[in-house]
Amino acid sequence: MIRPDAELLLQITDLHARVEDQPILKGVNLEIRAGEIHAVMGRNGSGKSTLSKVLAGHPSYRVTSGSVRYRGEDLLALPPEERARMGVFLGFQYPIEIPGVSNLEFLRVATNARRGQKGQEELDTFAFEDLVNERLKVVQMDPAFLERSVNEGFSGGEKKRNEILQMALLEPLVAILDETDSGLDIDALRIVAGGVNQLATADNATLLITHYQRLLEVITPDYVHVMAAGRILRTGGKELALELEERGYDWVDEELAALELSENARTPLEVA
Amino acid sequence: MVLASDTTTGAADHATAIEAWSAKLLQELPPAVGVLADVQRRGRAALEALPLPRRHQEDWRFTDLGGLTALSPRWDAAPVAPPADWPPAAPGVTRLWLDGRSDPLAGVELPPGLRPLAPLELSQALGHTLAAVGAEHHWPVAFNHASAGDCLALRVSGREIVQLELVSAACNDQAVLPLRVLVVVEEKAQLELTQVLLGSAASLTSLILELHLGRKAAVNHGLLALGEAPASLLAHVAVEQEPQSRYQFTSASRGWALSRLEPRISQVSGAAHTHLAGLQLAEQHQVADTHAWVRFEGPDGNLEQLHKAIADDHGRSIFNGAVRVPRAAQRTNAAQLSRNLLLSNLARIDTKPELEIVADDVRCAHGATVSRLQLDELFYLQSRGIDAELAASLLKRGFCAEVLKGLPAAAAVWEPLARVLQPGSALSAPERRP
Ligand SMILES: Nc1ncnc2c1ncn2[C@@H]1O[C@H](COP(=O)(O)OP(=O)(O)OP(=O)(O)O)[C@@H](O)[C@H]1O
Ligand SMILES: [Mg+2]
Repeated sequence: MIRPDAELLLQITDLHARVEDQPILKGVNLEIRAGEIHAVMGRNGSGKSTLSKVLAGHPSYRVTSGSVRYRGEDLLALPPEERARMGVFLGFQYPIEIPGVSNLEFLRVATNARRGQKGQEELDTFAFEDLVNERLKVVQMDPAFLERSVNEGFSGGEKKRNEILQMALLEPLVAILDETDSGLDIDALRIVAGGVNQLATADNATLLITHYQRLLEVITPDYVHVMAAGRILRTGGKELALELEERGYDWVDEELAALELSENARTPLEVA
Repeated sequence: MVLASDTTTGAADHATAIEAWSAKLLQELPPAVGVLADVQRRGRAALEALPLPRRHQEDWRFTDLGGLTALSPRWDAAPVAPPADWPPAAPGVTRLWLDGRSDPLAGVELPPGLRPLAPLELSQALGHTLAAVGAEHHWPVAFNHASAGDCLALRVSGREIVQLELVSAACNDQAVLPLRVLVVVEEKAQLELTQVLLGSAASLTSLILELHLGRKAAVNHGLLALGEAPASLLAHVAVEQEPQSRYQFTSASRGWALSRLEPRISQVSGAAHTHLAGLQLAEQHQVADTHAWVRFEGPDGNLEQLHKAIADDHGRSIFNGAVRVPRAAQRTNAAQLSRNLLLSNLARIDTKPELEIVADDVRCAHGATVSRLQLDELFYLQSRGIDAELAASLLKRGFCAEVLKGLPAAAAVWEPLARVLQPGSALSAPERRP
């Protein structure tokens, strides 16, 4: 839902980031207001996951220039845990397995960290079990998964459901879901997408990274962005996703080449 | 190289100091008396001939017992009473308190299936397993022989699972607590044995535990060794397994200035199942050493072994996993894995498999890993609002939990995970976590 007067939650300006010494993000600009659903699409390797990890604060990525403001604050100055407590959530493309750490305890500690930030009281084990059992319904997950180690031995789809369960518990303001739809069977896709829809409100926003139009049939995006070579090359409405489905990404190369030409023309000294 | 360094003045002084300490120790020991009088005499003779292990001996390459010479044992100290605030034993569990002096069975009603060995049985069985696993001439064994005044000797029989818990504490300055235990588990009998060794102050706990498993016997053995430097621990767990018996040993040690644990198992005719899982923590300036040894004397034996260690600060962790598969042990199936977490640049981990395989038709796998906390695991937890420190401690707990879950159910009253990870005192109850 687009409301021009809604709160500006996330403002990414000319963001450049590197991994090791290789530049990956090369000037990303993006604004997300409360109530909006954004989709980011783009070829493999175009930098979508890198953007999501930079926003979440992964230590392997180094921001070299640009800024990210979250509700007016400098997001990049905060450690990952504080970003999460303040309401930025990353649903991982590849959720990590953590042997020996109980999923239930992990979820409880995480939920309490977020609640503390919001000034809510901590939940003891009993109160938390009530909450988690209620939220399990959002993703139609079997409570047996709570007893296992975090993601250990979970199937691909089970891991993705566990991500959405975490989102349902943490109630983020900006949820970045990195290919939460990949690896899901048709029923699971419907369940996960239904969960995301259920959690989307006028006060929060969702950034969906996806390769497939089929997710966007269930979750209707307000904006669709195409990422290429570390920047957002084009932005449109939901019809852009349909167009991509038909035309593929060949046009991207032409636009990129044109863009690079014009940039080189603009900053000849820097290039030399 | 090693010999050369041993001839330097410093090393020579060191050697003299150790000899002087051994001589004084022998002089001060109380006279040999009681059921173990013969053993004591033999142990003292052995100690006289046996120098304290030195680092030029392969088995003691990384572990220096020289620190023991700071100890002037007080043999006349009063035995320690069990503190009142310790957790009550789990239901159905017979708890025995071992103080090295008083009779642990006094006033205790033993459950069906558990009875003390008669003196004749004891004299026949004592030392048999130690000899079978080739540990008779180890210095820590001789030390225990020389000093232990009593032996807890039990026989387990029948069809009911016997649940036994042995608890001891060495917590006074200059205390030496020699413990000698012998348990004979008859054919098809089942035992769950939990042993808790607590140590603090400048003390030394010396344990010899001999276990004999008859055919088809099953023993689930847990050893929780919770120390607090400067306390030290020397422990031999010697096990003989008849065919088709199952022995599961789960050990966890933390906090000792020096701990040396030697589980030594002989499958006397092969065809038995041995499952060893060990966890040791070496923090601050602690040295934690496990020397395991398993020998198959016949075909079709099985071994599953996992050893885990965490080394932090200046801590030093040593693991040596000897597996002996002689020609008679065809179709042995053995797997050994050593997994280590190195949490500081100044800590050190030495891990070594030592496979001696003569039989040709065997499967023996072994592996070792040393790693830091995984960056991606830490980040995943942090990305859920969990701060870096708590994330690291959750990962540490996860690492330990894999081993501790194998402890007998009765060990739960000790809250093993909390006690293993709690900084500082191992003797007090763990603090409540939020
Ligand atoms: N930690 C890393 N080390 C080295 N290269 C990296 C690292 N992370 C990302 N890259 C590189 O950065 C580029 C962008 O990767 P990223 O994962 O952001 O792509 P993506 O758009 O998410 O692709 P996909 O659609 O396949 O998920 C790729 O070329 C990738 O190899
Ligand atoms: Mg990706």
